Amino acid sequence: MALMRVTSPHAHGPLSTARVMQTVLLACIPGVAALTWFFGYGTLVNIAWACLVGLASEAIALKLRRRPMGMYLKDYSALVTATLLAIAMPAYAPWWLILVGVSFSIIIAKHLYGGLGYNPFNPAMVGYVVLLISFPVEMTSWAAPRGVNAIEVPGLLDAVKLCFVPGSVDAVTMATPLDLLKQNKTLAVDALWQQNPQFGRWAGVGWEWASLGFLAGGLWMLYRRIYTWHAPVAMLASLTLMAALFDDGGAARSTGSPLFHLLSGGTMFGAFFIITDPVSSAVSNLGRLVFGALIGVLVFLIRSFGNYPDAVAFAVLIMNFAAPFIDYYTQPRTYGHRQGGTASRKGAP
Amino acid sequence: MAEANYRELSINGLWKNNPAIVQLLGLCPLLAVTGSVVNAIGLGLATVFVLVTSNTSVSLIRNIVSDTVRLPAFVMIIASAVTCIELLMQAFAYELYQILGIFLPLITTNCVILGRADGFARKNAIAPAMYDGFIMGVGFMVVLVVLGGLRELAGTGALFANMDLLFGPGAESWKIVVFSNYKDFLLAILPPGAFIFTGLIIAAKNLIDARIKAREDARREKPVKGAKRVRVTGTIS
Repeated sequence: MALMRVTSPHAHGPLSTARVMQTVLLACIPGVAALTWFFGYGTLVNIAWACLVGLASEAIALKLRRRPMGMYLKDYSALVTATLLAIAMPAYAPWWLILVGVSFSIIIAKHLYGGLGYNPFNPAMVGYVVLLISFPVEMTSWAAPRGVNAIEVPGLLDAVKLCFVPGSVDAVTMATPLDLLKQNKTLAVDALWQQNPQFGRWAGVGWEWASLGFLAGGLWMLYRRIYTWHAPVAMLASLTLMAALFDDGGAARSTGSPLFHLLSGGTMFGAFFIITDPVSSAVSNLGRLVFGALIGVLVFLIRSFGNYPDAVAFAVLIMNFAAPFIDYYTQPRTYGHRQGGTASRKGAP
Repeated sequence: MAEANYRELSINGLWKNNPAIVQLLGLCPLLAVTGSVVNAIGLGLATVFVLVTSNTSVSLIRNIVSDTVRLPAFVMIIASAVTCIELLMQAFAYELYQILGIFLPLITTNCVILGRADGFARKNAIAPAMYDGFIMGVGFMVVLVVLGGLRELAGTGALFANMDLLFGPGAESWKIVVFSNYKDFLLAILPPGAFIFTGLIIAAKNLIDARIKAREDARREKPVKGAKRVRVTGTIS
């Protein structure tokens, strides 16, 4: 018989881990559909291959740790990690890139720290950062979105070929809007938008709709009470505030308007799918507000003044470090006590 | 002290009390310079030299220096030995000297060296002290080289690159390309790779130790058929 170590609270909610994870996977659909429409089948191929690798890595890690395999494989947590990482990666990523990233996420970032519920860092973001600093070229070459130039986006067969035989099919890659804005030093923002077809109505072609898709999925998860509103709202609010403070109306040194930041890169995806991870984020509602707000500030700072065009993964990892510290100072008032104290209060174990 | 047991010294230095993966001393050079095998060998050899020299000298003066001032005296000896090896490397392996940079003078602060001087050499005769320095240094160097090899292999897909920096122009052809057409896995060469691979090596050592212990336990306690358990009813079937 497998005895599981279960921490308090022991009350049962109607949601099991597997149900939560299934909901997360379903909530990805609108965003993934937008990505697929604008960039072709690359993201879908990424997700399929990543899920295979994720399940295999999970099985290997469970076998090495002599854990009950069926129970953990059926809780969908490995699939969620793999899917989130696959969405964050560029479409048409080569097979080995996904293999390295997903197996690193599951085996090292999740199971070496003790498995589901014990990992201090978000596994998908650890995998993403490992890939980004190890293979910067592959991790920053995004395909051109549909309608930007005359070449059609690759079909399903070509997408599979591009994944498993990299370079076998010609595909056009383009700098993302965040890249362009970062590298731009001379053009005013209006001129930049006119010269580069990647810019769309509010942010980048394709990106804005994918972001709105992830926003829709996130709102649905909020409605289903998968998580509370605190962390995502705090992150989006602080990012908006930072962008508004630094917005200079479109000069050449501009860091981008608030709307551009909200709908570019991984903002929405990060806000509703990454920082809401219950394991690696802060625990109390006040803690989540602080956690999310600081992530928003960090995202803006790294995007605008750092070396990398997008920053969600770095910001999330830095704040994962800080989550226990935030928890320490944001303990809620316990029933019957006048005010919340710190964990070191007399009498605490 | 009782007569030194060289066999025990060897087992301690190489495995049971290995300075790098059991005592976890000298982690700064261990993590910083093991990006490739040649760096690891270079720093490993320098550490062995310093350990042997300092242990021998400390053992020589162990009856002259009083306890109260022993630590400054030891540090002085170690610093002199490090200066010697620094000048030697400048003379014979200048490029490697430049690659190792600050970590060569930093050998002075490597805790393994002061630890062995204070913990062993000052209580023992010259021969065992010298041998202890040598074997501890070798234990440290083996870990450095294994770590350097793993990181070089994972990072670049090749082994023994640039060995000519240490062994002269003839060693240029020692490079073995294990995986051709390999995308450099930068993480293994960057600092996080050092931590991850050190952790994996320590885990492997603990695993081997646990296996050995389990086997010894099994050999020691062979249950006899039909014998009664202590304080337990029933018999072993």
